[in-house]
Amino acid sequence: MSSAVATDLRRSTGVVVERVVRRFGDRTVLDQLDLTIADGELVILLGPSGCGKSTLLRLLAGLDRPDGGRVEVPAKRAIVFQADRLLPWQRVLRNVTLGLHGPDAEQRARDVLAEVGLSGRERAWPKELSGGEAQRVSLARALVSEPGLVLLDEPFAALDAITRLRMHDLVRALRTRHQAAMLLVTHDIDEAIALADRVLVMSDGRIGGSHEVHLSAADREASVAREELRARLLEDLGLAGRH
Amino acid sequence: MTEVRIPAPAVIKGPDAATKNERAREVFVPRGARRRTTLGTLRERLRWPLGVYTTPVVILIAWEALARAGVLTKTYAPAPTSIVNSAVDLWQQGVLGPDLAISLQRAGLGLALGLTVGIVAGVLGGLLRSGEYLFNGVVQVLNTIPLLAVLPLMIVWFGIDELTKVLLISFGAGVPMYLNLFAAIRGVDQRLIEMTRTTGAGTWRLVTRVLVPGSLPGFLVGLRFSLAYSVLGLVAAETVNADQGLGFLITQGQTYLQTNQVFVGLVIYSLLGLLADQFVRALERVLLRWRPSYEAS
Repeated sequence: MSSAVATDLRRSTGVVVERVVRRFGDRTVLDQLDLTIADGELVILLGPSGCGKSTLLRLLAGLDRPDGGRVEVPAKRAIVFQADRLLPWQRVLRNVTLGLHGPDAEQRARDVLAEVGLSGRERAWPKELSGGEAQRVSLARALVSEPGLVLLDEPFAALDAITRLRMHDLVRALRTRHQAAMLLVTHDIDEAIALADRVLVMSDGRIGGSHEVHLSAADREASVAREELRARLLEDLGLAGRH
Repeated sequence: MTEVRIPAPAVIKGPDAATKNERAREVFVPRGARRRTTLGTLRERLRWPLGVYTTPVVILIAWEALARAGVLTKTYAPAPTSIVNSAVDLWQQGVLGPDLAISLQRAGLGLALGLTVGIVAGVLGGLLRSGEYLFNGVVQVLNTIPLLAVLPLMIVWFGIDELTKVLLISFGAGVPMYLNLFAAIRGVDQRLIEMTRTTGAGTWRLVTRVLVPGSLPGFLVGLRFSLAYSVLGLVAAETVNADQGLGFLITQGQTYLQTNQVFVGLVIYSLLGLLADQFVRALERVLLRWRPSYEAS
């Protein structure tokens, strides 16, 4: 794989995954997978359900250990799960400060909540929030510790289409302020095109295809280059000519 | 959400309007818009004047009437008013006060002991694998033994004085507390625990912000059972061997066919149970404000 060469250059930063293997019983979910993510890069991992996307993400998060190979990630990581996973018995502010220590913890949490557009909702209980608001709180909880790597596991899959578009805007805005490498797992091609610096398509437990995306915000919404990229992604997913 | 505009004074269809329309329709207006007629309110009031307490009050009145009419003999079921009178008499004679005090003292001591042991063991068992191995088997075995069956053994071991009574009550309180607390701590959503670990929160944060508040509902269920079983233990301990206390009062009433006195004891037991229940309810209102069941969402 070509990424093996790039590994040496990026070793000190971002994410380095080398020939990682993960098996569940007889099934090999990740098979000699290589992946590098540069600092500040937003990589989107695209693939159908059950292709090992979430398994890879859990390995990067440290929630799971590989059966072979090597995973190197920044010590400060944060995850945004598909469900918001807010503590129902803590108010919004306390949910965000969960992993924070120090006298300025509350102020930092308030600042990040303001960034995700939730200032004034610090005292709300999670059950009082809409789905989009709850997911924005979990985004704030991830960003508040200024992590070097943010892992997002289909974070907007459960949201309605309009809220999802708003969340995409929010992610773009947050990227300009937080210099974190991001890996976003999704099965939504349009989401991938809207956000990615690079789109990786997973197949057979490996990275099947890699597509750098150098498009302006307007071009990401509608352009010839966008349609070409979409066609290539569909081809990588084995869906060419059907959509 | 679909929105249906309805012209200002909401028209409630009459019976003849329904027959004209071949398609039945329904109209929803704000609850306040449909003015409650004074007659309707009055009818509701007349039917259930005291809410859920209507039935108990009706039974009490019927009981009183039957007793006064001489249908119920005094030795079987004395009238409620005469039970209240005996309670006042017993209090004035200086019998009820000390008896109640000694019973409450026993219940308090037993509860304190049982809850302490139950909570400590439950927390250790819930949080630590070794704690589970240490306590779980023993408590599961103890749980299968009926509370009342332990009494004879306790009398053999500890005699018939206060220690036996306190230990019986604490046994009754401790076992359900342990079981519920253990289950509650283990039942805290694994996904939330995993999430907490990924935020970089330490074990202390995990315990104080996730496991303790997460297991509170189960803890309160345990507390409810503990209070109920401790009253059961109190009754058992006092009825079998005592020279003071509510149970003694009841046994004495039975011996001298003072049915009044028996009823006074029973009423006080039920009041204690009610108080305990209200206490836990108040705790739930304060501690479980975040639960959706306390507010419509």
